[in-house]
Amino acid sequence: MIKKIMRSLWLGIVLLFIYLPILILAGYSFLDTPTIGASGSFTLQNYVKLFTTPELLDMISGTLSLAFQCAVISTILGTLGAIGAFYSKKGMRNFIVTANQIPIVNADVVTGFSLCILLIVVLGMDKDTFIPLIAGHVVLTSPFVYLSVVPKLKQMDYSLYEAALDLGASARQALFRIVMPQIIPGIISGFLLSVTLSMDDYFITSYTKPATFNTISTYVVNATRGSNTEVKTALWALSTLIFAIILLVVLISNITANRKAGEKNDTNEI
Amino acid sequence: MKYHFSRKQLCIPYAVFLVCFVIAPLIVILYYAFTNGEGSFTIDNLTGFFTSKNTIGTLFYSVLIAVTTTCTCLLIAYPIAYILARSKMKKKTVLMALFIVPMWVNFTLRILALKEVLTMIEGNLAFHPFLNTIIGMTYDFFPFMILPLYTTLINLDNHVLEAAYDLGAGKIDAFMKVTLPLSLPGIVSGVTMVFLPAMTNYVILDMLYNNTYIMGSLIGSYFNAYDWHSGSMISIVLLLIIFIAMWATNGFTEKESERKSIL
Repeated sequence: MIKKIMRSLWLGIVLLFIYLPILILAGYSFLDTPTIGASGSFTLQNYVKLFTTPELLDMISGTLSLAFQCAVISTILGTLGAIGAFYSKKGMRNFIVTANQIPIVNADVVTGFSLCILLIVVLGMDKDTFIPLIAGHVVLTSPFVYLSVVPKLKQMDYSLYEAALDLGASARQALFRIVMPQIIPGIISGFLLSVTLSMDDYFITSYTKPATFNTISTYVVNATRGSNTEVKTALWALSTLIFAIILLVVLISNITANRKAGEKNDTNEI
Repeated sequence: MKYHFSRKQLCIPYAVFLVCFVIAPLIVILYYAFTNGEGSFTIDNLTGFFTSKNTIGTLFYSVLIAVTTTCTCLLIAYPIAYILARSKMKKKTVLMALFIVPMWVNFTLRILALKEVLTMIEGNLAFHPFLNTIIGMTYDFFPFMILPLYTTLINLDNHVLEAAYDLGAGKIDAFMKVTLPLSLPGIVSGVTMVFLPAMTNYVILDMLYNNTYIMGSLIGSYFNAYDWHSGSMISIVLLLIIFIAMWATNGFTEKESERKSIL
């Protein structure tokens, strides 16, 4: 009994440690005071400020469009890479597996710095073209797409592809109609992972971005560095909003997953 | 004539991409690390790194921060992963999700939230820069530790534990001699996931008003000073540390698989 209480207590304390800051911030995002701990009265001004300040809106839309573009590119690249490498000879596959591992284990600072040296210092690319920034984010995210597609390829029944060819499908048809549908869950999770990784990144962004462009990460860091307290409370609102959206997504995916599991159980019983 | 592509050719774009944007940058910083402004070969950057008290001090401080953060994360995460993996609770996947969800919130916003709460508690963050940094990093990297631990612990074969009990092992004995060694791969991958970011993520220090330097801040300061050569040298040093860590942990996992085959 005591053991059980101790266990729940530990889980509870750590969950409190994780959620307390986010929840306190969420609470204060609805008050009109700029200091945590002070009392204030209810207001939505932080949310209004978040959606009416052009600077903040640019930052949010910039982050989202960058994340989306990079996720599309890296999903295509990573998926093609995974399929190709899966059917390649050992030498090519080993090269891709090893090179794919580098951005994952490497520090983001080093990835960002080395890309900046190559593209901007050596090749003289203009940061304002966004090419270094997009390249950097794709380097960051495509290895994760690759890694989420490979297990699906391994699980796939190899004879299905052969059967499709025997039944007269071309290689392209077999690929799109037989292989694709089976690896689509891996592709989707790779895409979602890319979006979140790109949105989270600070280092690669700050080393390769155009001077006037900001993502959430670089904006927040700059805002906390300076004495820019006017936007501080709007950032609380942003944090609350993102947290609420993620909680909603997790809840929905959990419910649908449970429902699917339930359906499976039903069919098993029949 | 119609062009027939084979499946293996699909990886060509990705292979080219990896060569251009992953391999080439590393070769370029290797070149920059061993040249000076005039483009001639020099090892001044290397000797400069190892003879300057400043950089060596930074290296030690980053290791201190990284070790402390990793240990704290491990000490907090292991019991949680253990409790959740070993319990027969129905809702344990939901509970597990609760520990992972904050990972999806932008890390700067999370640190911002933590900063506001710490400021409320301490009044002035400048009083405990080291402690705050460790709290901040633990707060940020903790999910990276809990995930691999949970996966290895939940895949642990129950029969092995039962066999240990049958052979007369006590609870503590069984944990020390069976569960802990078998969860070593999870510990190793968790440690590698936390250690390196803790050595380089200078933004967390920055946001929590710790003006000490870690390895990442050195690269940042050389970048701001347009000193590409010294920055490249620090990057190479970091890469070396990563390679050594990978090599050491590979040794671990190989031993693990040997042990598994014996079992």
